[in-house]
Amino acid sequence: MLKQMEAVAAGGETAVTRELTYAQAVREALQLAMTRDEKVFMLGEDIGVYGGAFGVTDGLYEQFGPERVRDTPISEAVIAGAAVGAAMTGMRPVAEIQFMDFITLSMEQLVLQGAKIRFMFGGKATVPLVLRTPAGSGTGAAAQHSESLEAWFVHVPGLKVVMPSTPYDAKGLLLAAIEDDNPVIFVEHKLLYRTKGHVPEGYYTVPLSQSEVKRPGRDLTVVATSIMVPRALEAADILAQEGIELEVVDPRTLKPYDAGTVTQSVIKTGKALVVHEAPKTGGFGGEVVAEIVSGAAFDYLEAPVRRLAGLDVPIPYNRELERTAVPQVEDIVREARALVQGAY
Amino acid sequence: MRPSGLTAVALQEALRKMHLIRLFEEKAESLYALGKIHGTMHLSIGQEASAVGACLALKPDDYILSTHRGHGHCIGKGAEPKLMMAEFFGKDVGYCRGRGGSMHIADVAGGNLGANGIVAGGIPLSTGVGLSIKMQQLGKVCLTFFGDGAANEGAFHESLNLAAIWQLPVVYICENNRYAMSMPVEAAFPIAQISQRAVAYNMPGVTVDGNDLFAVYEAVKTAVTRARAGEGPSLIETITYRWRGHSKSDRQRYRTREEVKAWQARDPIAHLEQQLLRAGLLDEAQLAEIAAAAQQTIEASVAFAEAAADPDPASILEGVYA
Repeated sequence: MLKQMEAVAAGGETAVTRELTYAQAVREALQLAMTRDEKVFMLGEDIGVYGGAFGVTDGLYEQFGPERVRDTPISEAVIAGAAVGAAMTGMRPVAEIQFMDFITLSMEQLVLQGAKIRFMFGGKATVPLVLRTPAGSGTGAAAQHSESLEAWFVHVPGLKVVMPSTPYDAKGLLLAAIEDDNPVIFVEHKLLYRTKGHVPEGYYTVPLSQSEVKRPGRDLTVVATSIMVPRALEAADILAQEGIELEVVDPRTLKPYDAGTVTQSVIKTGKALVVHEAPKTGGFGGEVVAEIVSGAAFDYLEAPVRRLAGLDVPIPYNRELERTAVPQVEDIVREARALVQGAY
Repeated sequence: MRPSGLTAVALQEALRKMHLIRLFEEKAESLYALGKIHGTMHLSIGQEASAVGACLALKPDDYILSTHRGHGHCIGKGAEPKLMMAEFFGKDVGYCRGRGGSMHIADVAGGNLGANGIVAGGIPLSTGVGLSIKMQQLGKVCLTFFGDGAANEGAFHESLNLAAIWQLPVVYICENNRYAMSMPVEAAFPIAQISQRAVAYNMPGVTVDGNDLFAVYEAVKTAVTRARAGEGPSLIETITYRWRGHSKSDRQRYRTREEVKAWQARDPIAHLEQQLLRAGLLDEAQLAEIAAAAQQTIEASVAFAEAAADPDPASILEGVYA
C-alpha cells in the first residue's frame, strides 16, 4: 500500500485518495471507462436494474442507460460470443459472467474464437474485450458457484488473465484491461468485494503484467493471488510478532506473467511459498514455482519451494469443510513458519 | 427470371464467382492429391449458388461470417483467389499469413470475418457484429452462414434469440446440404424445414432452393433490406447438396451414388447458365469466355502461391497478442 501511495503522488494528477471497497473500485473503473470512450459498453446477466448479482454495477444502468449497460438473457455462450463479435468490429465490450463457474458455458466462444481469432487471421483482426467474473469460495454457495478456474485461461495463448487483490489494483487494472487490445479475463473475488482500501479519484491505470511487492520482508517470499494476498498479509503481521518477516508478492496479472519480480524477491529471501485458492494440481502455483527454480533464483534457494493451495476437491457446502478446502490465514502462518524454521 | 436491380454485369460477375469457387476447390483437391498442400479441406462444390446468391445481396462494406466449408463464401464476398490459394499453401502472403489454412480464411478488410472450424462457432460472433453495427449506427448488415448441423447447437438458439430481442441487423443463412457429416437432416430434426425455427424467435423464416442463384438472392435481399431498415434479423434456409464428402476422410457410407448423381444433375452453375441463355443475357461464346477466364485466374493463383515465401519460423508468435 505504501508503494501505491507513492506512485500516486508521483503521478501528480490523482492525488486525492479515499477509502473505497473493491466492488466500488470496479464500478468506478467501469464508470470512468464508459465516460471516456463511447465504444465501451457492458453486457451480462442482471447487470442493469438489478445492479449485478454482487451489486458491482449498481447505478451504471441509471447513468448510462440500457443501450450501454445491456441486460442479457441467461445465455453465456452468446454473451461471450457477442462480445468477441462486437470487439472485432470496433467496440470495446466489457462482458460479465455472473459466476466464474458459468464460464464453462462460454468456453468455446472464449477459447476457440476470442483467443485465437487474431492469430488465426494472421494478426489482421483485433479483439479488445474484457470479461469480468467473480470467482472463489467462502460464501456457502457450494461446488457450482465457487470455482477458481483462472489456470484454464492462463493455458490459452491469446488470452490475458488478471486477478486483482486490492481496490486500488482492481480499478487500475480494470482500466488497463479495457485499454488493452486483447481479450482479458478479469477475475474478481467475491470475498474481496467488501474489502476496503485507498483508491485515488480519477483515471489511472495499473499496467498489466507487473507483479508487485505488497509487503517487503527478508525471510520468505510468499507469492499469493487474489484473496490469498490479504490472507498472506495478515499472516505476515502475525509472524512479524515472532520476528519472521514475510515478503508478499502479488503477480496481479497471471498471463502474461511477470516472473522477474518474484525472482528478485527470492534472490533476496532464499525461500518461497506460493499460495492460491484454486486446487493445487495443475494450478498457477506450479508455473510460479517453475519460474523460480528454472531461473536466476535457483542458486539462492535455501529450502524447497512449497505450494499451499486448494485441496483437489469440489468446494463443499458445510462451513467448516468449505474453510478446509482452501488455504486460510492460519495455514499460511503454519506453512511459512515451518519453511523459515527449516522444517523442509 | 431476372430479379429487379441485378444488372447483366452483376450476373456475369456472379457466374464468374461460381466458376471460381468450383475451380478453386477442384484445384485444391488435386493439389492435395499431389501432396502439394496438407491438412484437410471441406469442399462446397455443388453449393456455389447459395454462397454467391447470398453475397450478391450485400454491399462491399457489409460483413459475413462463414464456416469450415467457407471457400465459396470467401470468393462470394470478393476475396482474391491468389491470396486464398497462398493461404492454402501456408504462405506468408496468404490471407492469414499461413497461420489459418483452409478452415480459417478471413479477409477482415473485405468484411469477411472468417471461416470457422467450430460448427456454429460463428453464429454468436455474428450476433455481436450485429450489435456492434447497431450501436455504432453503421447502417451495415452481418450475414452469417452455417450448416444444418449448426442449427442443432445450443449457440444457434442463444444467438437467434438475442438478435431477435435486440432487433439486430443479422441475416442467418442455414445452408442445408442434407448431412451433418453423416447425420441426415431427416434424422436430426423433428421438423420438415429448419426455417420453421424462426417462429420461435419471432423472425421471418424462409426456405429456398439453394441451387438457384435468383431464389437465394431474392430471399437474402429481402432479409438484408429488412435488417438495414432496423427491422431485425431473419433466418433463411437454402436447400443444397455437397457433391464431395464432408472432408478428405469421408468414405460416404451414408448416401448412395444415385443420390449424389441426382443432385449433380441439378448443378447450380449449369442452371444459372441456362437461365442466362434463356433470358438472352449471354450467349454460348460468352459463357465459355467467363469459364475460361475463371480457369486462368485459378491457374495464376496457383503459380502465385507456389512462388510465394513461407512464413519465417522466427515470426511464429506474431499475432498471438496485439
